[in-house]
Amino acid sequence: MSVLVGEDTRVLVQGLGKQGRFHAGKMIEYGTKLVAGVKPGSAGTKILDIPMFNTCETAVRETGADTSIIFVPAAYTADAILEAADSGIRLVVCITEGIPILDMVKVHRALDGFDTRLIGPNCPGIISPGKTKIGIMPASIHKKGNIGVMSRSGTLTYEVVAQLTALGLGQSTCIGLGGDPLPGTSFVDGLELFQQDPDTHGVVMIGEIGGSGEEEAAEFIKAGGFTKPVAAFIAGRTAPPGKRMGHAGAIISGGKGTAEAKVRALKEAAVEVADSPALIGHAMKRVMEARQ
Amino acid sequence: MKLHEFQAKKVLADYLVPVPQGKVAETPAAARDAAHALGGKVVVKAQIHAGGRGKAGGVKVVLGPDEAQRAAAAILGKPLVTKQTGPEGKVVKRVLVEKASEIEQELYLGMLVDREARSVVMMASSEGGMEIEEVASRSPEKILKEWIDPVVGFMPYQANRMADGLGLAKDFGSKLWELGTNLYKAMLGCDASLVEINPLALVAGGFLAVDAKVNLDDNGLFRHPKLAEMRDKAEEDPRESRARDSNLSYVGLQGKIGCMVNGAGLAMATMDLVKLEGAEPANFLDVGGGITSERVAEAFDILMDDQRVEAILVNIFGGIVRCDVIAEGITAATRNRKIDVPLIARLDGTNVEQGRKILEESDLEVTYAANFADAAKKAVEAIGGAS
Repeated sequence: MSVLVGEDTRVLVQGLGKQGRFHAGKMIEYGTKLVAGVKPGSAGTKILDIPMFNTCETAVRETGADTSIIFVPAAYTADAILEAADSGIRLVVCITEGIPILDMVKVHRALDGFDTRLIGPNCPGIISPGKTKIGIMPASIHKKGNIGVMSRSGTLTYEVVAQLTALGLGQSTCIGLGGDPLPGTSFVDGLELFQQDPDTHGVVMIGEIGGSGEEEAAEFIKAGGFTKPVAAFIAGRTAPPGKRMGHAGAIISGGKGTAEAKVRALKEAAVEVADSPALIGHAMKRVMEARQ
Repeated sequence: MKLHEFQAKKVLADYLVPVPQGKVAETPAAARDAAHALGGKVVVKAQIHAGGRGKAGGVKVVLGPDEAQRAAAAILGKPLVTKQTGPEGKVVKRVLVEKASEIEQELYLGMLVDREARSVVMMASSEGGMEIEEVASRSPEKILKEWIDPVVGFMPYQANRMADGLGLAKDFGSKLWELGTNLYKAMLGCDASLVEINPLALVAGGFLAVDAKVNLDDNGLFRHPKLAEMRDKAEEDPRESRARDSNLSYVGLQGKIGCMVNGAGLAMATMDLVKLEGAEPANFLDVGGGITSERVAEAFDILMDDQRVEAILVNIFGGIVRCDVIAEGITAATRNRKIDVPLIARLDGTNVEQGRKILEESDLEVTYAANFADAAKKAVEAIGGAS
């Protein structure tokens, strides 16, 4: 098993520009069931052999797509997310970066009325190695296994996954939560999902400065909501307050969201926090071995 | 993006938020004229992108044109050091001359996005004039909050609840609703990430925004070209300003190791590793996904221009970013300009062999690192070890 996605996940793509096409091709290579593309005025045509539709609604009706991946430009992303939700898509994976925050406030309010989960925005997507890849992560570093990975950062996740794979720790599912301040899926959401998955034996959390998602996860673990081993790393110990460190969500404001506070909260929840980002894989290996 | 007080007030006035009558002056003589035109008691306020101006002597209440001219002369063209500017301060290039008002009471009113609630929160406090963070840590019960549902906006009952909590007279509920609604419209209308009136004054039975702060969401700027023109480059760190012009994600810091990395998380983690090895990074720099060799060259040039930098650390885990594009950018940046600091590179992922080959065929002296911990270690060794 895996969480949220699997071999049978049927994916539609919103936004088949240069980036979208490139990554759609890579997903098909991986074996992902990419069943539809959506672009107004494109019905009846094909891109990369994927049948195109004018609307999400027709694409879902005719192909049975249940998951969407979004590459459309930031100005149109709010519309794309809600179109997917309104068409019955149950999982929306939003890769797009740079969406105005007030657009996302409205999107979250509107999503309350749908049974749709959002992953991202500003994320690398989700992969269940050996089954499906709905995202932009390099496939070669992944290996099928029993570690769940959740992260607010793209490339740092690749670094960590490469470390895990090198140590023989394969992954059940890797979820990119995204670097935006209002993510659709939080660390707590991910922990709830991984707790239910018998094939996930332990979880790596890669957090960073800003917000309180890591602290909430620590509380959740402390309260007994997650009982499997957890290793973590928090990026941004050297980040100055008040400065946005690349990601829109990576900012210490009003003294809140510091790396120190997050590390402290996680350690209090008995999470193995790696001091060095080069040793996150080792931290995971250590806690897995300690549990055996 | 930050706005100056005078810009913020202009924006808020467009949304019918009451602000004092005022004029911007760049010379003492202009300040004099402004004071003359306004008449009576005026306030001369230094315009810089930093708070704490009052305590630092950047705000003066004066009587008449002569005093206004003197007050402006005392602060214009000189650095103003407040607790938010750092020790070097910020040079005052403009003052805002405003009509002084008879203030009965000072309040705080602000609005920002609450990440946990995923909605806009309106905050009010009777502790006007104090920094909200200070109030939050000292007496959090004094901050009243109302979360705004984007479907219905700021509701009258919320304004009443807030006015009641602030201990205002009965008719202020509807006045606060009007003000709050206009402030919310301003926030939506310019894609602001923060709108703050502090202090919000009670004057002659109404409200007046004595000070105003507006921060714009950079991601929303594409919808507001007029607001984007309000950017004041002189207020920015010159390194950051140049990076911003090239659309690079860069934050200037004080250490000696210049860093070039792909991905924000990896960039932060690289800085953290430098710190673990006992040194400090000179910057945060994420070259991002869709990077071209021209922009890599520009990024590399910014690092070479930085007088603080004593070694450059390149850490690339290629995914979308290709190592050969990075290598081409670096060689282009160093073609017409000798690099006079050690260069340490860790390249991994997409097209790593091509990337290495390009660097090896150039005249550059590169110290290669096997992984990213090794890269940080070698960079710190290159500046003579931990400090």
